[in-house]
Amino acid sequence: MQNEGSYYSRNSRETVALGIKIGRILKPNDVVCLTGELGAGKTTLIQGIAEGCGVKDYVTSPTFIIINEYQGRLPFFHFDLYRLNNAAEIADLGVVEYFTRGGVCVIEWAEKLAGLRPKNCQEIKIEIEVISEGERRIVLSKKTQD
Amino acid sequence: MAVLILSIETSCDETAAAVVKDGQEILSNIISSQVEFHKKYGGIVPEIASRKHIEMINPIIQEALDTAKVTFKDLDAVAVTHGPGLIGSLIVGLSAAKSIAYALNIPLIGVNHLEAHIYANFLISNFEYRISNIFPFLSLLVSGGHTMLVLVEGHRKYKVIGRTRDDAAGEAFDKVARFLNIGYPGGPIIDKMSKEGNPKAINFTRPMINDGFDFSFSGIKTAVVNHINKLSVVSCSPKGELLVNIVASFQQAIVDVLVTKTIRAAKQYNYKNIALAGGVSANSCLRANLEEKAKKEKLDVMIPPLVLCTDNAAMVGARAYYLLKEGKTSSFDLEAVANLRL
Repeated sequence: MQNEGSYYSRNSRETVALGIKIGRILKPNDVVCLTGELGAGKTTLIQGIAEGCGVKDYVTSPTFIIINEYQGRLPFFHFDLYRLNNAAEIADLGVVEYFTRGGVCVIEWAEKLAGLRPKNCQEIKIEIEVISEGERRIVLSKKTQD
Repeated sequence: MAVLILSIETSCDETAAAVVKDGQEILSNIISSQVEFHKKYGGIVPEIASRKHIEMINPIIQEALDTAKVTFKDLDAVAVTHGPGLIGSLIVGLSAAKSIAYALNIPLIGVNHLEAHIYANFLISNFEYRISNIFPFLSLLVSGGHTMLVLVEGHRKYKVIGRTRDDAAGEAFDKVARFLNIGYPGGPIIDKMSKEGNPKAINFTRPMINDGFDFSFSGIKTAVVNHINKLSVVSCSPKGELLVNIVASFQQAIVDVLVTKTIRAAKQYNYKNIALAGGVSANSCLRANLEEKAKKEKLDVMIPPLVLCTDNAAMVGARAYYLLKEGKTSSFDLEAVANLRL
């Protein structure tokens, strides 16, 4: 696992490079929870994570469709909870059922999961903070659920 | 003998059913978010409601049959979107379609949602003229979930030459509108506000405009966010002329990219017909700019009416008609495919 702690990125290329490093060491049932404001670079980081997981396809925003599925060295599920209003709607969509399907789940706007934290899986929390127009601070921490 | 197809669409937020005659005449086209439907059945449908499809599907199908003044026994086939889309939503439409086809012993036809959007162009008026001259055409498919340029040489002969690498065009509209706190859905609001603003006020980035046929809209969204953040240092959130200028300039950046690439693709591939598809086709700036530039290049532009641009089932019926004619029906093990491609 990429070490916990703070990472600095000066541009989207560096953000993708960090994502690739994270993606390379993800395991089945890892759930990556991303938070960060609009335009912070969540999709950019995820493009790197997907590349690190061996996904060859373009990773596009799942905002409208909510879940995009890809196949890399593991199944790769990309969620965007942006359009969802509450945990009940998220539960209704069956989002949590994906967490233990043996793939990697990456979730944008993960703060909306509220009480629906992943169970029986490794949660990796990533916060992207905007420092200036190009610079980002990316804070990584992990949490094992039982 | 006329061919009547009942078609069902549940790929994302909308529950929809339609009856289409001979792949061209819409006898009914019912969409769950339609005001008339709500008045009749009451209740408010939340924006996202995957499992709400289950509650809506039967009344929507019945309404489609009633409006078309037909019954189940009049149907020749049942068509259904089987992807791409949200898997839980797709399965609802698929299960309904399979049950009906099985019970009536009529063909089941699985339809690709993206193909269906393109086939909305087969439903527009003066069809007889259009249809004989329709192929080949270049389709610009722009919606909340998709942005692509497709060469359509004939039925089932497609070549995707460009698609978005990050956000869809419609999504950029919605996200910027939410960020500026001007309401939802963002497309129509930005379209309206932009008429009051100066589209040249701010020169927002136009990513990849002269580079290939793929699109990238995430950067335009971020440019607007950065612009606002800089303004906020000196004042509070923008209002009045400042706000409408930002909105108009943003819209112009998106439209410039879409139109420039579409015209360039038509010229490079020597296509004379351009067909718009998807919900963003409703944008008046896109329509006007595309028609103006196309006219200069002596290209023909087809734009379906709004109700056929956004997600609907009539377009599914239009696509299914040609599949049925070619004998391309589906078996009962037809699956929902979340990431189905063109």
